[in-house]
Amino acid sequence: MAILKSMTRRSVLASGAALGAGLAVTLSGTRAVLADTPLKVAGIHASPVENAWNSRLHEALLAAAKDGVIEYEFSEGVSGTDYPRAMREYAEKGVDLIVGESYAVEREARQVAKDYPDVAFLMGSSGEASGDNFGVFGTWNFDGAYLAGMLAGKMTKTNVVGSVGAIPIPEVNLLINAFNAGVHEVNPECKTLVSFIGTFFDPPKAREAGLAEIDAGADILFGERIGTADAAKERGIKAVGSLIDYTDRYPDTVFANAMWYFRPILDAAVADVKAGKPVGKIYTAYGLMKDGGSDIVYTKGVAPKEAEEAMEKRRAEIKAGTFEVPRDMSEPK
Amino acid sequence: MEILDIFASAGLWAAVLRIATPLIFGTLGALLCERSGVLNLGIEGIMTFGAMAGWLAVYNGADLWMGLLVAALCGALFGLLHAALTVTLGLSQHVTGLGITLFASSLSYFLFRLIVPIKGTPPTIVPFQPIDIPGLSDLPFVGPALFTQTAPTYLAIALAVVLGYVLFFTPLGLAVRMTGENPHAAEAQGVNPITVRYGAIMAGSALMGVGGAFLTLSAFNSFFPTMIQGRGWVCIALVVFSSWRPSRALLGALLFALFDAYQLRLQTAVGKAVPYQLFLMVPYIMSIVALVVMARRARVPQALMQAYRRGER
Repeated sequence: MAILKSMTRRSVLASGAALGAGLAVTLSGTRAVLADTPLKVAGIHASPVENAWNSRLHEALLAAAKDGVIEYEFSEGVSGTDYPRAMREYAEKGVDLIVGESYAVEREARQVAKDYPDVAFLMGSSGEASGDNFGVFGTWNFDGAYLAGMLAGKMTKTNVVGSVGAIPIPEVNLLINAFNAGVHEVNPECKTLVSFIGTFFDPPKAREAGLAEIDAGADILFGERIGTADAAKERGIKAVGSLIDYTDRYPDTVFANAMWYFRPILDAAVADVKAGKPVGKIYTAYGLMKDGGSDIVYTKGVAPKEAEEAMEKRRAEIKAGTFEVPRDMSEPK
Repeated sequence: MEILDIFASAGLWAAVLRIATPLIFGTLGALLCERSGVLNLGIEGIMTFGAMAGWLAVYNGADLWMGLLVAALCGALFGLLHAALTVTLGLSQHVTGLGITLFASSLSYFLFRLIVPIKGTPPTIVPFQPIDIPGLSDLPFVGPALFTQTAPTYLAIALAVVLGYVLFFTPLGLAVRMTGENPHAAEAQGVNPITVRYGAIMAGSALMGVGGAFLTLSAFNSFFPTMIQGRGWVCIALVVFSSWRPSRALLGALLFALFDAYQLRLQTAVGKAVPYQLFLMVPYIMSIVALVVMARRARVPQALMQAYRRGER
């Protein structure tokens, strides 16, 4: 918040100084994007920015603003029915790049992009890129999940690990399947449980799903959703987090996290906009481990030493491009 | 096989009580409002606000019980608003209720954002812990199944008993029921329907607020603006299921929670054979079936959703 405020103040000062010079240009409607001026970026978040996924975007955008690469303003908790309106408003306002999520408004979002060909869009989406200005990205942090699975597979004593997911959309499936594949690489006999809570934001329910899996014998939980680790904490077992680093929130419970970083995707899109290149492409790959978009963050010494060594070996192979984590988008069983 | 073994696990029954608690509070609250003749569709929003206000109080250093009290007071305030609009002004109870839901949900988000700084994940509090009841909690099976709950769960069950007693065995309860059946007759007996309705709506809304606060003070330790997830609407359905009786409201909430806890366990037990969506549907389908069966004998308060205007015939 403090960063944001100071940023706004700075931008107000800057715009005040630039007003005289820039007025003519702005009024004539041409948007000159200079290579060294910060890009005007708007973030439109369908959920509160505390929500794990949105927090990744928000954090990366704030960091980019701090670095002076972009000027960032945002709206949060924008419902699907209001989303295209928010997009249009920012587009009319003259931002250069709109970052957000079109999962619930795939068609409408593309229509807005068509109506504002001068504005670039970078959207979290399950669909394809469209036109010259509508780029999409998926959230592929499954490399980290696979590596966390390699640790979990060696740590389980009951030989049962469980995952709690929201809804089996491709990105969630990829993640849980990769975690299970990692478990099975080191422990083919291990049983993997999966449950879905059927909603994205219901932490008490995710906790109940986690407790149900513990009752069914699981002694390591992979929490695609926040709330899962609370179940693990309550029963004194270990858990794996996803997207963000949950270690501080659950110090003795969460020992590994399949991290996802939005900055590489953002940087790629910002570079394209500044270079005047079309952004109507899929940016997902920048979020893979090879490009620094995903990784595992873990507490050393929790898993057996051999497990950590085997995992580190795979990690190096994935980074080097010699090992590819299987991409399985089918619903995990 | 596994499908039936689930019923023999203590974990299932413990989960039933946990999942049922917010529903019990909410259903009792909605029931009380409706017994006085006023439908309160503000429940979803009031629960959200209760969840936020209770959590915020504890986050700022209040005791957990004080958090529940704050949630109750905030609920009562929204109840006052609902009563002013539907009782004094006699506006449509449907529209007013939905309006209050929208207002209360958005207001909780807004206040939360104003007061609590943005972080990666929302800050936490230390929630209610399960209480150990000497003698009972150590019993085999029954102990872990029924006596490992947090205090508000026992409070919810006790409240169902208290509300049942008050409604059916005290003059106050009679006044509430009479107002819901025939406010003119109540007035003729010297009962002021306006006062009764204000009181019932405010008390009922207070219970709704507590139901929401259970989610942030016991079931979880943080507030998310969207976390009520339709639990309020389930309560409205449960009131019909209960035929406006607190004992059956308790039963209905427990039954709904049973199906929910059961489906979570079914997913892991036979998840490979059946799509998970079917399991998620189970509690709702069972509620509809139960509604159909129970609604045949449902006795709707006769003056429900009718504004009372003095001297009107």
